Amino acid sequence: MIARIASGLVPFLGLVLLWMLLWGEFSVLNLLVGIGFALLVSATFYLPAVRLSGRFNPWRALVFLVRLLADIVVASLQIAWVAVNPRYTPSNAIIVVQLRSRSDLVMTFTAEAVSLVPGSIVLDLDREQGTLALHALDVHSADELPRLKREVLATERRIILAAGSHDDVERLRAAESTDKKSADTREATS
Amino acid sequence: MDAGWDMVWDVRDVVTAVLVLLAALMCFAAGVGLIRFPDVLSRLHAATKPQILGLMAIVADVAVTNFSLGTLTLAVAIVFFQSLTAPVSAHLVGRAAYRTDHFRRDILVVDELTPDAPRNVT
Repeated sequence: MIARIASGLVPFLGLVLLWMLLWGEFSVLNLLVGIGFALLVSATFYLPAVRLSGRFNPWRALVFLVRLLADIVVASLQIAWVAVNPRYTPSNAIIVVQLRSRSDLVMTFTAEAVSLVPGSIVLDLDREQGTLALHALDVHSADELPRLKREVLATERRIILAAGSHDDVERLRAAESTDKKSADTREATS
Repeated sequence: MDAGWDMVWDVRDVVTAVLVLLAALMCFAAGVGLIRFPDVLSRLHAATKPQILGLMAIVADVAVTNFSLGTLTLAVAIVFFQSLTAPVSAHLVGRAAYRTDHFRRDILVVDELTPDAPRNVT
């Protein structure tokens, strides 16, 4: 019930906040006009409510944002270097990553975050299968693919820990423990 | 103005200069990449990505030079919405290019989306 109310309220409050951000001042008049416009916009451009997970961890969200910013800075410099490098040879890859979550919100945020970081563009997203298809720039051998996939899964992990549902967090933990076990057995057999 | 304020302005000038330079470099790299990269999908990387960091640098620069609550909130709004929308446009162009085969398959190390597509088709 609370999650249901919050799912409607958060976009609404976001619109009010946006109105005040655009004016750059926080006054009562601005708040009232903002509420009026938010009502008008949500009534005219009706969108189906996105179910929020009902869970939000501010510390994890901060970790996610700082890490995203760091990734953007590092990757932008890398892509900039690739672009001006005189010995550049084109070589790319299209990879498909199996996400762990089935939540629309987590998948959307993961796709946004992954394509915001330079070097990868989301080409396709399969909602039923929970897979992301990415185009990665400057990949020269198949050995680099596991690292790229690990990075996408790490981004998804940070998002789930910040705002995923309890269900998703448990599934993530379960998936990670089986991954670890299979890695251990692989090491033991080799 | 006393010496203390001069110091603050000097620091601000240095920060401004560095940020503007960074933004200009990013835009330059994006332009070079746009010309040098061989196909639509690679060019999308150059066209949409370094520009995000460049925009962040320019907006942060404006927020530092004209520091007030109004500019700060507007800066946050600009970066937030640009970050939300740039990947979407890149995704749409990329998806259209992929589905209509307007890209070079021969420079792909691997294509896991359609693994059995013939490699020599361009």
